[in-house]
Amino acid sequence: MDSFRDKIVPVTSILAGVVVVWYIMAVILNAPFQRDLDRRAGETPDIVEFICKTMSQPKPTLPAPHQVAVNFFENTFLRSVTSNRSLVYNAWVTLSSTLLGFAFGTALGIVIAVGIVHVATLDRSLMPWIIASQTIPILAVAPMIIVVLAAIGITGLIPKALISTYLSFFPVAVGMVKGLRSPELTHLDLMHTYNASPSQTFWKLRVPASVPFLFTSMKVAVAASLVGAIVGELPTGAVAGIGAKLLAGAYYSQTIDIWSALVAGSVVAALLVMVVGIAGRIVDRAMGGRPA
Amino acid sequence: MTIASPAVVSASKLGLTFQTNDGPVQALSNVDLTIGKGEFVSFIGPSGCGKTTLLRVIADLEKPTSGTISVNGMTPEQARQSRAYGYVFQAAALYPWRTIERNVALPLEIMGLSKAEQAARIKRTLDLVNLSGFEQKYPWQLSGGMQQRASIARALAFDADLLLMDEPFGALDEIVRDHLNEQLLELWERTNKTICFVTHSIPEAVYLSTRIIVMSPRPGRVSDVIESTLPKQRPLDIRETPEFLAIAARVRDGLRAGHSYED
Repeated sequence: MDSFRDKIVPVTSILAGVVVVWYIMAVILNAPFQRDLDRRAGETPDIVEFICKTMSQPKPTLPAPHQVAVNFFENTFLRSVTSNRSLVYNAWVTLSSTLLGFAFGTALGIVIAVGIVHVATLDRSLMPWIIASQTIPILAVAPMIIVVLAAIGITGLIPKALISTYLSFFPVAVGMVKGLRSPELTHLDLMHTYNASPSQTFWKLRVPASVPFLFTSMKVAVAASLVGAIVGELPTGAVAGIGAKLLAGAYYSQTIDIWSALVAGSVVAALLVMVVGIAGRIVDRAMGGRPA
Repeated sequence: MTIASPAVVSASKLGLTFQTNDGPVQALSNVDLTIGKGEFVSFIGPSGCGKTTLLRVIADLEKPTSGTISVNGMTPEQARQSRAYGYVFQAAALYPWRTIERNVALPLEIMGLSKAEQAARIKRTLDLVNLSGFEQKYPWQLSGGMQQRASIARALAFDADLLLMDEPFGALDEIVRDHLNEQLLELWERTNKTICFVTHSIPEAVYLSTRIIVMSPRPGRVSDVIESTLPKQRPLDIRETPEFLAIAARVRDGLRAGHSYED
């Protein structure tokens, strides 16, 4: 298996390195509090005992990897998926608004790109605003979107999804502008010699040429959507979702919960990017792409 | 020259000046040209002599800045709109997401032909360029020569009487080029099209053409016109005959004369 040697081994080596550094940092960061505890209890543990203790605190400054793993495993596989402590349940809540926002964002990005490519005025007027929109910190905008939409009676999934849309339309718009402009000059000249209409040139040349760009930007957009959905849960007092788990963990200093929610978020992100990547490869193959 | 048949391309005092950042560049100057029906005309000259530009003016891909030109008795724009010509680029320019068959179908789809008519033309033109059996392949699965043949099939499927070819075999190796030259002649004879062919190869120009137009650069202009005396039937070994070599020598002289002011 070449893919095993080429992909799994390097990635696993880095992971192993991260885990080692993580353990070392956990011991270092949790040591002061543990020394404090031991002094008050009048205990003088030896070094091995001390290190073990730093890695089994209930509310550590930095939980050890195995603590996060145990917490993640319990909350993912051992809990009923309808329980609001289940990570599966919370991930699903976040995922649903991620997907809705991603769909909106992709559609919006494509529409904007088509406009920019075909209308010179839009190219000059819209592009600076689109870029400016991404320089505004989403954390500042998110509560306003939620509050304003709540005032006009829109609550629940839609406001969260709109924050995802806000983050995800940008890469799609930029990628599609590039993609729709990607046809070579001779390919365009060819259409000209056929006296093709602008819509024929669009559908038969620009759209197929932009597909690889679409999938590349969708990979970025889907990850941004997830960030948007999580951020959207923070200021809303959401009761469920990965963002809500992060917030609750922070309130009650449940650091292990925070970390396992983070892991859940990363797993969801990885899965989403993977699904988009696989979809991209299937489409590429169907369009006669050369096998890599 | 005496041309009995009506002119397919007719240009007089044609000029084109590009405005570039380094000032105006005169790509074509004072070009007078008449191409009759059924002719095979080659344009030959060093790079920068405007041979490709001239072809692009005929195809309405560039607009002349002075003089007049007509294609099939119309302006180039009207000729393009009435789909009077097929154009073969230096690169095959096949769309990578379409199979060979779909690539040939592209102009037919744009013309709005029926599926049955499309299928018939695809079959006919792919037969003509010996690509039957490769309908379902994608461009990257074909060699460079086959790709260029597919692009010729695409131009032929258009079924215009005028074929404009811009160094179509320039990027191919000698052996493939010989083979395609032979096939092109055969095809020209069978279809009786008018062909304008840009090249920078003297043997290719002499082997293919009924008339060779020698061009020279700065400014791009016609420096010599050579009528070929070779018969219409031309086996590859005609290139060894004294008659062929004499024409080639004339072309070479013409090219050198166009250059002489530089030496």
